[in-house]
Amino acid sequence: MSNVVKPEANESRSETLLREIMSGTPLRIGLSALLAFMFGAIFMAAFNQDVVDSYATFGSDPMLTFQTAWDTIVNGYTSLLTGSIFNPNGGDAVSMFRPITETLRLSAPLILAGLGVSLGFRVGLFNVGGTGQILMSLLGVTWVSTRMTMPWGIHLIVALIVGVVLAAAWGGLVGLLKAKTGAHEVIVTIMLNYVALYLYTWFLREPSLLLEHGGGGTPKSDPPAVTAQMPLLLGPSFDLHIGILIAIAAIFVYWWLMERSAIGFRFKMVGANSHAARAAGIKIESTYIWALAISAAFVGLAGVNQGLGQAGGLTASVNGNIGFDAITVALLGGSRARGVMFAGLLFGAFKAGGPSMQLAGVSPEILGVVQALLVLFVAAPPLVRAIFRLPKKEAN
Amino acid sequence: MKLELRGITKRFGTLVANDNINITVESGEIRSLLGENGAGKSTLMNVLYGLYQADEGQILLDGKVQNFKGPGDAMAAGIGMVHQHFMLIPVFTVAENVVLGNEPTNKIGGLDLDEARKRVREISDRFGFNVDPDAVVEDLPVGVQQRVEIIKALSRDAKVLVLDEPTAVLTPQETDELMQIMRELAKAGTSIIFITHKLREVQAVADNITVIRLGKVVGEAKPTDSAEKLATMMVGREVDLKVDKDAHKSGAVVLSVDSISVLDDREQRAVDHVSFEVRAGEILAIAGVQGNGQTELAEALLGLRPTVKGSGSIKLDGVDLIGHGVRKRLEEGIGYIPEDRKKDGLVANFTIAENFMLNGSYDEPFVKGVNIDFAKREEVAQKLVKEFDIRTQSADALVSNLSGGNQQKVVVARELRRDVKLLIAAQPTRGVDVGSIEFIHERIVKERDAGRAVVLISTELDEVTALADRIAVMYRGRIIGIVDSTTSREKLGKMMAGIAE
Amino acid sequence: MAKVVVTPGMFSEREYKASWKTPIVTGLFALLILIDFGLFGKNSNVNFQLSVKGDAIMLPNAVANSETINLILGITMLAIAGVSVLFTLGNKKTPVWLVLVYGLLGAVALLAWLAAGAVVPTGFILGQAVALAVPIILGALGGVMSERVGVVNIAIEGQLLTGAFMAAVVGTLTHNLWVGMLVAMLTSALLSMALASLAVKYLVDQIIIGVLINALVIGITNFLYSEWLAGSGSDANFPGTFPIVKLPFLSDIPVIGPALFEARVTVYLTYLLVPLVWFLLFRTKLGLRARSVGEHPMAADTVGINVARTRFWWVTSGGAIAGLGGAALTIGNVGAFGREMSGGLGFIALAVVILGRWQPFYVAASALLFGFAIILRIWANQVSPGIPTDFITMIPYLVTLIAVAGFAGKVRAPAASGQPYIKG
Repeated sequence: MSNVVKPEANESRSETLLREIMSGTPLRIGLSALLAFMFGAIFMAAFNQDVVDSYATFGSDPMLTFQTAWDTIVNGYTSLLTGSIFNPNGGDAVSMFRPITETLRLSAPLILAGLGVSLGFRVGLFNVGGTGQILMSLLGVTWVSTRMTMPWGIHLIVALIVGVVLAAAWGGLVGLLKAKTGAHEVIVTIMLNYVALYLYTWFLREPSLLLEHGGGGTPKSDPPAVTAQMPLLLGPSFDLHIGILIAIAAIFVYWWLMERSAIGFRFKMVGANSHAARAAGIKIESTYIWALAISAAFVGLAGVNQGLGQAGGLTASVNGNIGFDAITVALLGGSRARGVMFAGLLFGAFKAGGPSMQLAGVSPEILGVVQALLVLFVAAPPLVRAIFRLPKKEAN
Repeated sequence: MKLELRGITKRFGTLVANDNINITVESGEIRSLLGENGAGKSTLMNVLYGLYQADEGQILLDGKVQNFKGPGDAMAAGIGMVHQHFMLIPVFTVAENVVLGNEPTNKIGGLDLDEARKRVREISDRFGFNVDPDAVVEDLPVGVQQRVEIIKALSRDAKVLVLDEPTAVLTPQETDELMQIMRELAKAGTSIIFITHKLREVQAVADNITVIRLGKVVGEAKPTDSAEKLATMMVGREVDLKVDKDAHKSGAVVLSVDSISVLDDREQRAVDHVSFEVRAGEILAIAGVQGNGQTELAEALLGLRPTVKGSGSIKLDGVDLIGHGVRKRLEEGIGYIPEDRKKDGLVANFTIAENFMLNGSYDEPFVKGVNIDFAKREEVAQKLVKEFDIRTQSADALVSNLSGGNQQKVVVARELRRDVKLLIAAQPTRGVDVGSIEFIHERIVKERDAGRAVVLISTELDEVTALADRIAVMYRGRIIGIVDSTTSREKLGKMMAGIAE
Repeated sequence: MAKVVVTPGMFSEREYKASWKTPIVTGLFALLILIDFGLFGKNSNVNFQLSVKGDAIMLPNAVANSETINLILGITMLAIAGVSVLFTLGNKKTPVWLVLVYGLLGAVALLAWLAAGAVVPTGFILGQAVALAVPIILGALGGVMSERVGVVNIAIEGQLLTGAFMAAVVGTLTHNLWVGMLVAMLTSALLSMALASLAVKYLVDQIIIGVLINALVIGITNFLYSEWLAGSGSDANFPGTFPIVKLPFLSDIPVIGPALFEARVTVYLTYLLVPLVWFLLFRTKLGLRARSVGEHPMAADTVGINVARTRFWWVTSGGAIAGLGGAALTIGNVGAFGREMSGGLGFIALAVVILGRWQPFYVAASALLFGFAIILRIWANQVSPGIPTDFITMIPYLVTLIAVAGFAGKVRAPAASGQPYIKG
């Protein structure tokens, strides 16, 4: 055989995956963001009502179209900023600073679930089951917070533990199926998402289980008891609650686990080369089970945040698609603690800025496009290199 | 058909895999390409076959310059290749494999499998191959799979046939049969390029020999030249594969294997009621042609592969290991150098230090409590890098950047860091440069002298005779005899073919 | 010297142990049906309506006792489980068709239990199951074509959604549904090209690309829907649907005729495409080459097959078929496009690819199972409220889980599926 060492040719799929995810340089992320926002701007302008109206006069007055388009773009992105960071026209302090607190509030579940998906990536596992794990967490949270009475504080902690344990069990089940039968985790998690959805819906539908008192056909629970709700951080003028503190704590736990602990080392070993890990005495099967359970536990915290971070009755839609958004967070964040934090904040800001964009007459759905494109560019380095004609970075 | 390679140069980045290579093969000639692992033989053949494009140089067939964009062009021009790792689709039948890429079709554009079967039978009958066109390839023994590869090449009218290390997987008998086939093909006018690093085979079958070292042709030779001369040309210096060692002073029995059976991935019985003992201070070599159950035996000893339920016992210092996992066995005192270091021995994108820690993530010195002890790890890594002469800038370099020999030394260092009772070394010098081979051989003998039991699994008879105190020969999953290290090569060869006294 | 005696069969015969999972699972479910639906079932009649007014051949309704039917079905299913036991004892796998027959009987049993004391519109349920299965079948066919060449296609959801959107909008704007359908197929094929080139040429992880393409398509269609179709472009979303075509003679067959042969062109195209893809894959040289690329790309390369090109075109054509599946959602069924209207059908298609073992006919059968489960839930809600229909909806997902976990025989994916091919 030739003596050419080509690591790419010999590494497994998950190794390639890891390398791709880890290799995000600031320059490339910057260019990716630039591109994504540019594409977003084009979409925003092309389909805006005023711009569409100006097409009629494009022949006689093309500048009107360009001017309208430009105004739309500036308007859209400005309202995104004022809706998510600081609103200078708010009048009072509460209105001015409310946007940033909203960003923090909405980032918390994205960071939590993003950490969960990231942990999976580091072990070479693709946890697409965030939705199901959040729903199972919600099932537990709803039960404890609406059907049990407990003193303030303890109620919240019990609900949190039950939610996390249920989510972890749901994730561990995936690991178990993968370990015992070799079933691919992607397909298993997708199926379990649906199973969890219908299970939770059924619980919400049954009067003897979780259906709200006096409720009818719609599957909806009572609001969580006040004793179980997440305490507000900045008083009643702001919705920001302690979810963000849980997220910050989770970031540190994740960092310690993956960078400092022996368990994390074994996780990474299995992710990088499961054969070598096996020969080194690691039990691959139980590593998969534990890794997916811990991954799901992080995701489960996002479910707790969703369930107890609000005062209204709970429905299945409370999961808010965070399970899938978490994948983009993990990819953008390179599966590292710090990266996930920034990615979560960014996409949290997207969510916070939505209503303000809506008011400004631009559909906030455009942010979904920007989000997908941004991560696509970051996850597919060749794409950005091709667009900007960057030289290919030599490995090492 | 006459083949000429003129000034072929192939680079990978800064590495020159082939440097201005000139070779001519006449019609009906068997030309042997002799060289060490990593000398650039396979690269050259992949250039010839259109899998790589040469950076410089020309390929000529019967005097005409060829320009191969891919294997399809090379095949159309009459070049056939039997790859070292068979290029067969396991789930397809023989007929499907043979016609793949060159399929006969019927009137409505569908696949004409009858015609495909006919083609297989024709060639199979002509050379007495005895291959069933409807057999599914994955169910066939390797020897037959190789014949399918040859049929595949011949069915495309190959005038130049390249055989890349074809005997690695064959028994001596099958090797003889293959050589017979090669002679017949040559008689019929086929030019044959026979790639190998085994001197004996070259001397047996080649008309002419080209020796390649470090990507360059270092000279031509005749099969009548002495083995010593060929070896010196191949390696570039006097080679003495003899290892200095004293007569062994064996102690108590360390490993006692009693009648174990193991299944392979295809659920076939790969190890069949195998029993042996290894004593302290002794090297027991397990010899045999590749694929006779050695791999599975090694994996079963470590616990990577279960033994058949109810079969036998594996005792290490009296402790029965059956039912225990890999970790427990490592802790009981097994060191393990796996056959495929890239797959089982190393994590390519971990650093050297991290690779030292692979099987040490549960306790000291690498781990303190639940945390990694980074300072201590660095210290141990520095020490091992020095002791095992691993050529690297620092212990924090990725192992994927090391050469094969240095990578193997990382594995050996990791396993010998711990105070093991038993060292299992499976193909410890495969794909490793001569310098590292010598280092690793000396180290293994040193471990023996320090009173450890060593199980050496090797398909290289030279390595076996150089290191072993006793030799167990495996054939078709059984140990057909355990003999003294002074046993003649001839007798060992016969045993490897399944002939015992 | 004597030759070592080698036991016959050694090194050539597998010591294969047939798994007991299939007989156990089939046996348990058969018992469940026998006991719960049969012995302790509902003692009232089920009225199977075999013909509706206007059918060419009028059949009387078949009436039977729910318990009796389920007793018979339960015993038959138990018998199949018994056959499976025999197969396992003989160290053989239970054949797939037998498992499929078992599944079909199970579906009828469920129907008979649900409909105790009511009329079952047999034709309606069958027809709706087929109509619901069509997008799943087409999406899954696209998935099969992609996975057979070794590219995992998670983006089926996005392809369906793209097809649905383009078919509705282009169909409306051009006033020609055929153009709409073609553009739907083309756009979805383009999306597949993006997937293929990123995965094949740039070696980006296929699953990640799939997930992101889904996110992108959902983002774009959501934006266009809310910013354009729901506002200024509301007149761009009234495509109408293909007319329902009655096939002569075939539609006169009792029960199945009206269900299967009074349908829209998208359904008929599906009937054509399933055998066509099968023929292409298993009976032509293109198919042989495609499968070789999916099993062992390097081997394919060494016989002159262009791996990248093969992957590229199969994935792309698969995308076109999935796009047709999207068109079937709008102009082949309800007409206008709705926000995220594919609603997870693409992920179901993904499951169906595995459940159907990468084989078009089995894939179609598995998709029907999902179609049947969906319509059964809708219908059951109407006839007997109070039944936990969420569990009926859950059945196909659980069946898929059971299947991928190897309880219905070992599933063997194309060996190189999901792995990029790097030359050299």
